[in-house]
Amino acid sequence: MPDTPRPPLTQPRETAAKVSELKHVPPQTFMRKYVFSVDHKVIGKQYLGLALVAVCTGMLLSWLMRLHLGYPEVAIPGLSTVSPNGAPGGVMTPEYYLSLMTMHGTIMVFFVLTTAPFAGFGNFALPLQVGAEDMAFPRINMMSFWVTLAAFLVLVAAFFIPDGPPLSGWTAYAPLSAVGKDAGPGQGMGQTLWAISIALFCVGQLLGALNFITTTLDLRTKGMSLGRLPYATWAWFITSVIGLIAFSVLLPACILLILDRVGGTSFFIPAGLVISDRLQPHSGGSPLLWQHLFWFFGHPEVYIAILPGFGIISQILPAFARKPLLGPRVFIACLAAIGFLSYTVWGHHMFLSGMNPFSATLFSVPTLIITIPATIVTLLWIGTIYGAKLRFTTAALFCLGFASVFVSGGISGFFLAQPSIDVQLHGTYFVVAHFHFVMGVAAMFGIFAGTYYWFPKMFGRLMNETLGKVHFILTFIGVYCIFMPMHWLGLHGDVRRYSAFTDEYMKGDIPLHKFITVAALFTGAVQLIFFVNLIYSRFKGPKATDNPWQSTTLEWATTSPPPFDNFGGHPPTVYRGPNEYGTPSPSGDYAPQFTPEPAGR
Amino acid sequence: MGKLLAGLIAVITVVSAAIFARHIWWMPPDISVHGSGIDHQLGETMISAGVLFVAAQLVLAFFIWRFADRGDARPIRTFPGGVTPMVVIAIVLVGAEVAALSLVGTKVWAGIYQAPPNPNALRIDVQAEQFAFYFRYAGADGKFGGTHPNLIDDGNGNFFGLDPANDTSARDDIVAASLVIPVNQPILLTMHAKDVGHAFYVPELRIQQDFVPGLDVPLQFTATRTGKYEIVCTQLCGLGHYNMRAYLEVKTPADFAQWLKDQAAQQ
Amino acid sequence: MRAQTPVLLLGAVLLTTLAVRKAPAPAAAGTVSGTVTFTGTPPKMKPIDMSKEPTCASQHATPVMTENAVTGPGNSLQWVVIYVSAGEQSETPATEAVRYDQKGCQYAPHVAVMEVNQPLEIYNDDQTSHNIHPLATTNAEWNKSQPPGAPPIHTSYAKPEFIPVKCNVHPWMHGYFAVLSTAHHTVSGADGKFSLAGLPPGKYTITAWHEKFGTQTQDVTITGNETATVNFVFKATPY
Repeated sequence: MPDTPRPPLTQPRETAAKVSELKHVPPQTFMRKYVFSVDHKVIGKQYLGLALVAVCTGMLLSWLMRLHLGYPEVAIPGLSTVSPNGAPGGVMTPEYYLSLMTMHGTIMVFFVLTTAPFAGFGNFALPLQVGAEDMAFPRINMMSFWVTLAAFLVLVAAFFIPDGPPLSGWTAYAPLSAVGKDAGPGQGMGQTLWAISIALFCVGQLLGALNFITTTLDLRTKGMSLGRLPYATWAWFITSVIGLIAFSVLLPACILLILDRVGGTSFFIPAGLVISDRLQPHSGGSPLLWQHLFWFFGHPEVYIAILPGFGIISQILPAFARKPLLGPRVFIACLAAIGFLSYTVWGHHMFLSGMNPFSATLFSVPTLIITIPATIVTLLWIGTIYGAKLRFTTAALFCLGFASVFVSGGISGFFLAQPSIDVQLHGTYFVVAHFHFVMGVAAMFGIFAGTYYWFPKMFGRLMNETLGKVHFILTFIGVYCIFMPMHWLGLHGDVRRYSAFTDEYMKGDIPLHKFITVAALFTGAVQLIFFVNLIYSRFKGPKATDNPWQSTTLEWATTSPPPFDNFGGHPPTVYRGPNEYGTPSPSGDYAPQFTPEPAGR
Repeated sequence: MGKLLAGLIAVITVVSAAIFARHIWWMPPDISVHGSGIDHQLGETMISAGVLFVAAQLVLAFFIWRFADRGDARPIRTFPGGVTPMVVIAIVLVGAEVAALSLVGTKVWAGIYQAPPNPNALRIDVQAEQFAFYFRYAGADGKFGGTHPNLIDDGNGNFFGLDPANDTSARDDIVAASLVIPVNQPILLTMHAKDVGHAFYVPELRIQQDFVPGLDVPLQFTATRTGKYEIVCTQLCGLGHYNMRAYLEVKTPADFAQWLKDQAAQQ
Repeated sequence: MRAQTPVLLLGAVLLTTLAVRKAPAPAAAGTVSGTVTFTGTPPKMKPIDMSKEPTCASQHATPVMTENAVTGPGNSLQWVVIYVSAGEQSETPATEAVRYDQKGCQYAPHVAVMEVNQPLEIYNDDQTSHNIHPLATTNAEWNKSQPPGAPPIHTSYAKPEFIPVKCNVHPWMHGYFAVLSTAHHTVSGADGKFSLAGLPPGKYTITAWHEKFGTQTQDVTITGNETATVNFVFKATPY
């Protein structure tokens, strides 16, 4: 009697109905294939393309900022042509520096760190990983990308209006952001465009989150129980739940901000403010209300930025360790715990804000408790490497680098979580060091790891490993040179968001700032290697097989790149979990999720 | 490649830890009564964070070096004890450290920010505006005059919007651009913002507090050393944020009394 | 000899014409001059504490004083803008630039007078960045940063207005642009004296504006080359 496949552990609901619903005709025209596509793989690449443009813009802004901070008297060539008001004679005005900083933060947090790991890789890989033909709502998925793109264009438009971009930081605290032009240069139309852009972004991400959650719950293929979901999918799923709540709060907050600016309301503006010698015609509002609304979103947001990275690392590291992830159920429980706790800690951004000081203790405790699941997750990776057989591909190197920089970034958080220490370190470069390590470096490493890992699946070609390794090593050195010294500047009391260091006690630190600037320009230049690798490999890289990394998850069951409907009309059946590295099978030293042998499990 | 990465991690860890440990860039000496609590908290955290940092990075580096695939038939090995030691280390070690630091830190924090107003404190009114701080003393009558936003006239020195024409208690108010205080005297600042959010930070004084438009925020401290220190703004308030400072001058009681007299003559 | 006379006559006529062209027959032009004083008690000028900007504070051996009521001996009042507000006959508009300096974290001059559309040049002579913010209501309001070493700002105003000027970075900096539609204007000096010359015969209204004590007008008639005396007395209040 021929072997019959074991019946799956659970039967996904309504699979047959969903499959037939999604069996749409493959696109024929260029527009339908590459522009207005409902295919999640194309949409994922579109998001990644948007993130690539955004990161180039954000990096350019950071170079300009660092040039000004390290060498303030030097005229930057070409800058006075780009912005005669912002940089007369090539020397940046203070408001120009602050608006570059605001746009840098906004573009990086929203259009790079939320877009690439979550919307970009998640859209590409999640339906493949659950064995579906596409997302549950392909047209809504397409809309979510175009709304996000519109948000980016609205934001960037602020560079080209006479008033210029806003300068209130990505945090846009009221009343500076709420009163309008009187608050000074940069607070005209640019701030309104910012608020519109972020509101649109929220809509795009909410639509995306709906798709992720529905697809994960309803479109899993035969045999894909929740317990057998890949860890990246778990991370995208939990991130979507976090995002659904977080973006639902930021969206109305932005609307209220717009109303204060143009509608004469006073949600965030109290009475009696005198700005530019004018008594402001507002009363009854609370600047702290904006902070609460913003950070209620803002703290979960940083977990939205990092959790997909956790999932991507937990997917990639075992593949190149040739060893299962240690403690996968504990890992998923930690992801869920971090997700839940992320809603209880927002006030740690507000210890000194003027809210009731007793609240500081209330927020500090869960903030410190979050250290525990974050520590467990890091130890699980380190424990996975124990006894492994590490293959140092570029993707693996970025996973290992992620572990190192996440430790560095997480530990500085340990300081800031305590109100008594925050008294000394709030608003200093110590904070800048912390969030750049966890977001600007760790989350970026997650994006790099995902790129090197999934590039063959996306484009059918492998990226160049030599260029990749050079990119990794130089970037690893570079980011430590940029951001480790910022802790020391912060301990010394150097204040963040300063366009120049004219205070006596800060002047002596300018040589360290120059060092950081050189490191930043060096690290930026190194990224050229990555771009060259991307473009060259896209067209000339060696062709990839279905499963070049010998990975277990379902996206590697199909061709590289996959056909339009992912599995050619034959959705795979899942026989085991995604963690069977080191389990010998006819496939090799591992057992993929989609092959019947060995029987059992 | 693995050896290179392991070596890099080790070097970065050791160099960074050394710079932290040797206090090459560090907080300035503390001149406040409450500051020792903060310094102690920071020191304890630095030690435990330092140990965690060095241990985690060096173990990571060691494992990267040790467990590279050398192409041999060595089987993979699970971490001894599996996931349990990881959970135990995190909950017990980290959890205990977190609990200890929390308990002590809460007292330090409450001592500064939740203390009731000291009845012997010298009361000083502080206004933050784009882009300077101004300080007001009650003058001989011990009463602060009322403030009126519509009377504010920065160009002519009426930063607080006082109404000396009609308000006698405002006539002797002393308005200064520096915060001048006597040493070893409890100070109670009442902080308010004229336009947007600002903050008050003196690293030596181990004190920081946001100004919130619409609120009067109290802040208490006592300085223990004479000298001149910089007060800087740490809440982004517009283009002049980087240039928003004032000087804190801690004087002997005699010098302070003289300064007060000189200021009163000028109002 | 007889033939030379017409030539001589022609020459004489030519020379006379030339002479006439070179030195036009002096048209009558009078002068209005006087002194601006005050009665009552003016407010006390207060020293400006520039300690937050050490590069400026170090430029002043003794602190500079506020300038909203600068008085002198004999109860004289400085920084009063005196100008012809009615009766002006057409004049060629001024084309040379008015210079406004930011020096030692002060505006110099405290009141800069200019005509409508007259070029205005603003210089930053300090080591610190200034952000000049003229608070115009009739004209366009703008503000611009000038980091140290930045080129001067070139601008002008299209409508008459008294525009308060502040610096967004240094709250104590305070000045005025007096944009006028007349070519006949001046500002009273430390002695309170002023003089408006070059006024053709006619009836004029002279206006005196002070930033704190208000505006006064007086009418004067010029008949020829005389100097008419017009004095202004402002009522000062201590607050």
